[in-house]
Amino acid sequence: MTSLNRREALLSGALLSALAAVGLLAPTAAGATEGAFAAKTVDEALKLLGASPVPSTEITLSSPDIAENGAVVQVGVLSRLPRTQEIHLLVEKNANPLVASYTVPDGTDGFLQMRVKMGQTSPVWALVKADGRWYSASKESKVTLGGCGG
Amino acid sequence: MSTATRMRAILKDGATDIRLLMTHPMESGLRKDATGQLVPQRFITDVHATLNGRTVLSAKWSFAVSQDPFLWFRVQGAKPGDKLAVEWRDSTGDHRSDELVLG
Repeated sequence: MTSLNRREALLSGALLSALAAVGLLAPTAAGATEGAFAAKTVDEALKLLGASPVPSTEITLSSPDIAENGAVVQVGVLSRLPRTQEIHLLVEKNANPLVASYTVPDGTDGFLQMRVKMGQTSPVWALVKADGRWYSASKESKVTLGGCGG
Repeated sequence: MSTATRMRAILKDGATDIRLLMTHPMESGLRKDATGQLVPQRFITDVHATLNGRTVLSAKWSFAVSQDPFLWFRVQGAKPGDKLAVEWRDSTGDHRSDELVLG
């Protein structure tokens, strides 16, 4: 995974302000996250989130080895990284991989469980921002019956 | 209109496990009904949980969160009598807020 170089960063910044100026983007602080939900690939979502994660064994990602029903797949994340600030969940092969983004304030554990839809067998990614740095963990879940559209 | 979020909080050893079950169709906009018509997109985009007014979790969701969303998280230092409030907002502008006093 590559990080944005200075030119790309400046360019995307300029592009974003241009879009904001013509009112295409709502001027919210969470703009980057909103955009990442439209990303079509994990790499694109990471870029929009400004994340270049390194794999970490301090993140436990739990998802079923085999999900009978892709419409309801229970996924859990436990981050033992100190100062966990953000947790994002992505399903790589969904049309839009980013499923959920959480902001975790001090006093809340780096722990989450939720249920997501998976269109097909896919790696599931947990992306964690802790103390300003990005970490990731992934695990593949096999889906026997897809849960998107239909 | 919308149905109350079911909320459960269990205090144990200083940590509080909070489990939420929201009632919402979480329509992706890609699904067709029995007559072959696309069901309009409608899903929860934002969830905000506070404890005595202090934010304990903020979430942004896509339509790939399952129908009737379940969310389990854990906070430190909560006490009986603390007030948990959970608000969600969906892509159509609908929203609801529910409260639970920790027992």
